Amino acid sequence: MNIILKNNIVSDKTMMRDRYCNTLIEMAKNNKNIVVLDADLMSSMGMNNFKKTFPERTFNCGIQEANMIGVAAGLSATGKIPFAHTFGPFATRRVMDQVFISAAYAKLNVRIIGSDPGITAAYNGGTHMPFEDMAVMRTIPTVTVLEPTDGVMLIDLVKQTEKLYGVFYIRLQRKNPIAIYEEGSTFDIGKGVILKDGKDVTIFSSGIMVKESLDAADKLQEKGISARVVNLFTWKPIDSKLIETCARETGAIVTAENHNVISGLASAIASEVCSSYPVPMETVGIFDEFGEVGSQDYLRVRFKLTADEIVLKTLKVISRKK
Amino acid sequence: MEKNIYELRYFAEQIRVETLKEFQELGFGHVGGSMSIIETLAVLYGGIMNINPQNPKWQDRDYLVVSKGHSGPAVYATLALKGYMPMEQLKTLNKPGTDLPSHCDRNHTIGVDMTTGSLGQGMSTALGLALGNRLDKRNNYTYLIVGDGECDEGQIWEGALSAAHFKADNLIMFVDANKQQLDGYTDDILSLGDISAKLVSFGWHTQSIDGHDVEAIWNAVEAAKEAKGQPSAIILNTIKGHGCTIAEGILSNHHMAFTKEKMQEAIDCAQKVLDAAAKAWEVST
Repeated sequence: MNIILKNNIVSDKTMMRDRYCNTLIEMAKNNKNIVVLDADLMSSMGMNNFKKTFPERTFNCGIQEANMIGVAAGLSATGKIPFAHTFGPFATRRVMDQVFISAAYAKLNVRIIGSDPGITAAYNGGTHMPFEDMAVMRTIPTVTVLEPTDGVMLIDLVKQTEKLYGVFYIRLQRKNPIAIYEEGSTFDIGKGVILKDGKDVTIFSSGIMVKESLDAADKLQEKGISARVVNLFTWKPIDSKLIETCARETGAIVTAENHNVISGLASAIASEVCSSYPVPMETVGIFDEFGEVGSQDYLRVRFKLTADEIVLKTLKVISRKK
Repeated sequence: MEKNIYELRYFAEQIRVETLKEFQELGFGHVGGSMSIIETLAVLYGGIMNINPQNPKWQDRDYLVVSKGHSGPAVYATLALKGYMPMEQLKTLNKPGTDLPSHCDRNHTIGVDMTTGSLGQGMSTALGLALGNRLDKRNNYTYLIVGDGECDEGQIWEGALSAAHFKADNLIMFVDANKQQLDGYTDDILSLGDISAKLVSFGWHTQSIDGHDVEAIWNAVEAAKEAKGQPSAIILNTIKGHGCTIAEGILSNHHMAFTKEKMQEAIDCAQKVLDAAAKAWEVST
C-alpha cells in the first residue's frame, strides 16, 4: 500500500469507464489471456476501443447475463482471465446462481464488473439501482467484493486482479467520480485506508460515500468532534484488525454506504465489532427500500446519503458513548 | 482410433455394471439418468475423446461437460475403468468426505472437466471452454451432455443462440432425450416439442439417433466434426433407466431407493448382458 492523498478533493476529469477501458487495453497488450465479456452494454461502458483493439478477445454475449457468466467461467478453465461487465443488478442478483456454481463453487477465475452502483443508476430508476449487489456477492463463499472510490484506485485494483486467482466483484461508477488519491497510489485488498485521523469516532465508507464522509468530518470538526475517516473499499475480505483498532481507539463507529444496510457495509462491520470490541454504532445507508428514478442529487437527499446525515448519526453515536 | 463396435458395447456394459454397484453400495441414487447416457460415455471414452488418464490436465485434450451433473455415478464408473482412479474408489460415492459427489465436481474428481449440478449451466461453461480453446488455436473438441428435461432451462437456449452466433464448431452437444424428468414425462411437465427442429432454427447442425446404439453414436460424432462453422447437436433417443431392470420402464426412476438384494437382481441381469457382450467381442476377433 502506498497512498498519496490529493490536497483538495476535486471531480475527476477522466471517467471511471475510460480508465477501466484503457487499463484493460494496456493489460491485454502484455497478456494474451485477458478477455472481455459484456451483455450488450459495451458502448455504455466505453469499451468499444477494447473491441477495436482486440476483436478476437471480445465476447459481447448480447442480453444474456447468465450465459455470459458461464462462458466467462468456461474461458477461465482454459487459462483465460475474463472481465465480464453489465449493470450492477444484472451482474449480481440476476446471475447469482451462475456466479455461485459456475464460477465460485467451481473455483474458477472470473472478474465481474457491476456498473452504476446504488443511486448512481439515477434516471434508470429502481429496476437498475442495486442496493443489494455487494450483499449478494458477499454471501457467496470466496468471492472478493470491492468498491473502488476513484479512478486511481480502480486502475490499481483491476491491475492487481491480473495476478490473483478467484472470483472478484468490482462495483463502479461509470462516469465522473471524485478524485481522492494521487496517480500512482497503490492499495492492498483487505486493508482499509485511513484518510483522516481522529479520536472521537470512526466513519467507515466506500464509493461515493467517501466524499460525504470527509465533508462530514470537516463539519464535525467545527463542532469540536474529531472524526477518523476510513475508506473501507474492500468489503470482503474485510479489514478486521483495522475495525477493531478503530473501535478501541475512537469508541464509536458510523458506517456510510450507497447500499442497503441489510447485509451491506453496516452488517459487515457490525459483525466484526460485535465479536472483537463492541462499541456504539450508527449507520447511514438504505433502510430496506427499493430505488427510484431521479437525478443523483435528488436521490442523495431522498435516501439521506449526505454529509449532513453522517453528522447527525455521528452526534447520535457520540451521545451513546459512556 | 479405429472403432470396434463389439469393444464399445462391452465397455458400455462394464460401465453399466460398475455404476449399478456404486448405487448398490449407497442404497439410493440418480439411476435413471445415469443409465441413459452410458453408451454415449462408452463411445466418448472408448475412442472418440483424445485424452490421457495419466495426464488428466493435459491442455490439448478433448473436454467433457456433463451438464446433467446428477449422472455423476456413470461418469465416475467410466473414469475408473479408464484408470483415472482405483476401482475401489467407486464405493465411496456420496460417503462422508468423498471425492465422488452426486453431481460432477471438477475440484474433487480427477478427470471431471467442469463442475455441474445447477441445470443449464454446463451449456455456457462448455461454450466458454470451446471458445477459450479456439482462441489458443487448439484443435480439440468440447463435448457436452445435457438432458431433455434440462432443456426446460432458459440458459440452454441462451447458450444455443450464443454458440451458433460464435460459430463454435468445436462444440458437440448430446441431448439425452429419455423423455422423462423428475416429476414425470417431459410432455406432461413442460413440452419440449421438436428439440432438433428448435436447434436447427437456432443455427445448429443436428442429428437424431438411437442413443443406445454405440455405432450410431460414433458415426454421429464423426459426422458432427464435418459440420464447419456451426455447433453440432446429437439428439440421443434413449430410455431412462436403460439396462437396469428395477428402473427401466418406471416413471419415478429419476432418483430411487432400493434394497441391496433388489439391486443385486439388476446387477445380475446387467452382468449377463456384459458376459454376452464379452463373448460377442471374442467371437468377432
